[in-house]
Amino acid sequence: MSLVGARVLRKEDPRLLTGGGTFVDDLAPARCTFATFVGSTEAHATITSIDVRLALAMPGVIGVWTAADLVDHPDLPGGFPGLERPVLARNTVRFVGEPVAVVVAEDRYIAADAAAAVDIRYEPLPVVTSTEEATSPDAPVLFPRHGSNIATVVPMLDDLERDLQRCDQRASLHLVNQRCAAVPIETMACLADWTTEGLTLWATFQAPHHLRNYLAAWLDVPQTQCRVIAPDVGGGFGSKIVWYPELFLAPLLSRRIRRPVKFSQTRSEAMVQMAHGRDQVHDLDVGFDRDGTIKALRFVITQNLGAYPDPTGLGLAVLTSWMAAGCYRIPKVSTSFRTVVTNTTPVAAYRGAGRPEAAYSIERIVDLVARRTGLDPAEVRRKNFIPPGAFPYETHNEPVVYDSGDFPQALAECLRLLRYDERRAEQATRRGDPGASLLGIGLSCWLEIAGFGPNGSLEGFGHLASWESAQVRIQPDGSAIVFVGSSPHGQGHETTFAQIASDELGISYDRIQVRFGDTATVLQGVGTMGSRGVPTSGSAVKRSSANVLLKAKKIAAHLLEASEHDLDVADDAFFVRGTPGKNVSWGDVAWASFQPLRLPPELQAGSLEDRLYQESPNFSYPSGAYGCVVSIDRDTGEVTIEDMVLVDDCGTVINPLLAEGQVHGGVAQGIAQALFEGVQYTAGTGQPVTGSLLDYLVPTAPDLPNYTAGRITTLCPNNPLGAKGIGESGAVGAPAAVVNAIVDALAPFGVEHVDMPVTPEKIWRILEEHR
Amino acid sequence: MTVQATRHIQISLTVNGYRSTTTVDARTLLVHHLREHERLTGTHIGCDTSNCGACTVLLDGRSVKSCTVLAVQADGAEITTIEGLSGPYDGFTAVQEGFRQCHGLQCGYCTPGMVMAATSLLTDHPDPTEEEIRLGIEGNMCRCTGYQMIVESVRWAVEHPEPGRGG
Ligand code: FES
Ligand code: FES
Repeated sequence: MSLVGARVLRKEDPRLLTGGGTFVDDLAPARCTFATFVGSTEAHATITSIDVRLALAMPGVIGVWTAADLVDHPDLPGGFPGLERPVLARNTVRFVGEPVAVVVAEDRYIAADAAAAVDIRYEPLPVVTSTEEATSPDAPVLFPRHGSNIATVVPMLDDLERDLQRCDQRASLHLVNQRCAAVPIETMACLADWTTEGLTLWATFQAPHHLRNYLAAWLDVPQTQCRVIAPDVGGGFGSKIVWYPELFLAPLLSRRIRRPVKFSQTRSEAMVQMAHGRDQVHDLDVGFDRDGTIKALRFVITQNLGAYPDPTGLGLAVLTSWMAAGCYRIPKVSTSFRTVVTNTTPVAAYRGAGRPEAAYSIERIVDLVARRTGLDPAEVRRKNFIPPGAFPYETHNEPVVYDSGDFPQALAECLRLLRYDERRAEQATRRGDPGASLLGIGLSCWLEIAGFGPNGSLEGFGHLASWESAQVRIQPDGSAIVFVGSSPHGQGHETTFAQIASDELGISYDRIQVRFGDTATVLQGVGTMGSRGVPTSGSAVKRSSANVLLKAKKIAAHLLEASEHDLDVADDAFFVRGTPGKNVSWGDVAWASFQPLRLPPELQAGSLEDRLYQESPNFSYPSGAYGCVVSIDRDTGEVTIEDMVLVDDCGTVINPLLAEGQVHGGVAQGIAQALFEGVQYTAGTGQPVTGSLLDYLVPTAPDLPNYTAGRITTLCPNNPLGAKGIGESGAVGAPAAVVNAIVDALAPFGVEHVDMPVTPEKIWRILEEHR
Repeated sequence: MTVQATRHIQISLTVNGYRSTTTVDARTLLVHHLREHERLTGTHIGCDTSNCGACTVLLDGRSVKSCTVLAVQADGAEITTIEGLSGPYDGFTAVQEGFRQCHGLQCGYCTPGMVMAATSLLTDHPDPTEEEIRLGIEGNMCRCTGYQMIVESVRWAVEHPEPGRGG
């Protein structure tokens, strides 16, 4: 029986359900010390003095370090030339929370006391928090030597003005895709222990090898003396592939004080120090005909990078511009973007990273076209879809060739599950009743780019490469260990990769162990991001397992005196087809594989292992159709999601239970962006308004609906599994579905757009105007 | 600023059935005491504003956020942490088994707190509705699951009652 496609229960769960997981802060080696940052209280200022004497005098304080102590060390890696981020602020602070000094003490309580006792004086400078302010002619400049706050610009080759004018109608939208915080429930934490053998760094991180590569270079030690371990990781969502100062300082300080140094953020620290996501402003122009055919799309992106450009942060707008046209055949598409620094926390990847922004805008635009033409939003979508026969489909951007999909089928399934016609009829009735709550129906036919990636794609974000590695090794008893380079943070690699390997090898699921997250035991790796786990890493496991099986069959054939071509493998044994009773167990084959005297001449001892690097010829393009029904209380503006239908196409599904979990989690974050969340700063001072979980509204169970999941399947031709990836889908597709539903509910009031998060207050104000 | 001299106080707790008497710094939070002194690291910390519930434990049978309780306030109390649960499902309680069966966890960081909150909920309300479950775990944040599978996990436990639990 095939395990791929089965609802197999997770291998991870028993330890995580009993408190047996190992998260970084759970580790406590002997003589462990604790490091805490003194963060800037100013958003933009010159540091005039730092007085550490009081802190140093406190019992239990081991030391306090500032930028002056780091002159021999480079800035954080991956910086943009001229806009690099120092490990600790040097002379100037550029966002509230930016680490200025680091205290190391005997425990976290003393460290916190000492950090509070460090006296830093600032000379405030003018502050910019939005890209509008930062790009105004008289804006204060964050990096005077760079001369402006604009980091990168990709201009438009053709502004499509003539094409837009030629259409029956045109419309424009100015959309703010607000800044969000990833908020993994485990904040950043790391533990560095530098012994005579070298460094071991435990870090809650999505890409331990990636960190090892840069950390060893930064420390100027060979990689053999720099071991990075990502143990259990409590969520990441993109925020744990960022070069945070603690990842470099904890090792350095451990070497200096010859003791282990642990760093573990409080949530309030995490809210300002962990990278944020999104924060794009879009200016969109669309040209269309009366029948709803979209002819031209101009898509202008402004990306707020925060105070220091992050390598991923710089790439977000690239991905947005690539995916600007979504799942539609639009003859003319032009994009441009610029990236801008401001006095805010740096912006990097957050679940979807550039694609939720694209999907949101194109889906809002399609709804606007429906509104202006008076056509049904489903009809406008159908009219403009790329047809199922048009794949591979070349887009307006050369590297982007959509692999496969069936958008009309996904939408049809979504409408069916939504009972679309029925709900539309109900909406018409309710609109006639001033006492009834407002009903809105929103669709989102989204498409994203995943499966990172083809050679060159992740290199652009500073990674070593874009492949992923797998190594399959058979133990002498016929059990198997699978090492993978991608290191998970909740995705369930131990389970899904064991399913894939089990099918391929004929070894039972319980006899397969998946290992990752340790640079000393796993060959090389890239990491877990960009919905690449199954398509890239899973494909590596599949192929590597197949390679091992080929050799195992040779040994089995030799032992059975049969032809390897006549062998089948299942249930931990090899069988000769058509000869009942002639078989040999995997255990016997594995045992023999280490005994040269029992091997066929072409094989050597230890042959039953394989390692490979899975390259992908192209990206994968997960897609789907989501539908949302909301009701809005006319008195309070409160939104209730009555229905949330999620039809996904992620190609091959390895484990439907886990795939559904990924979709739910992503959708929850998407709904949260649509309704609740948004990082805010006070204009003029740059003080964060949402500096803790009291003010930043992460939804809890009563805030979110039940989901109705559906599925269609078109296989990805670019990897041997046919899988497209599922990690980011929900976050890409959900925001537009929710906002489209709200705008639809408010249509009788002439509302064409409301920016996220659509709070009850925003809706209440709109309703007040029309009372 | 003035630095307060720390004050040490002797406390006695029964944690997961074992009694221990120790001296703690008066300001030590119960969660830090459990994690760092008792070395029961299954109880997690996810915030500093009592919002996330990752630190939920049972104190004299009732769920509390152990980040909002001082260790000295728990003097004389009986504490149950995730490590202290055991039941008929291969050692798991029905709540733990429900989470396993229904994929109620992904990264697992919120999980011990969720399981303790759900355990407490089912002690008070052996047969909660979906809405009651959602409200019952309102003090616990999960960033991975979107909650539906957690709700289903708790329902699984309701449908598989354990002898001695609730009604
Ligand atoms: S750590 Fe206790 S509520 Fe968040
Ligand atoms: S499972 Fe990750 S936070 Fe709940």
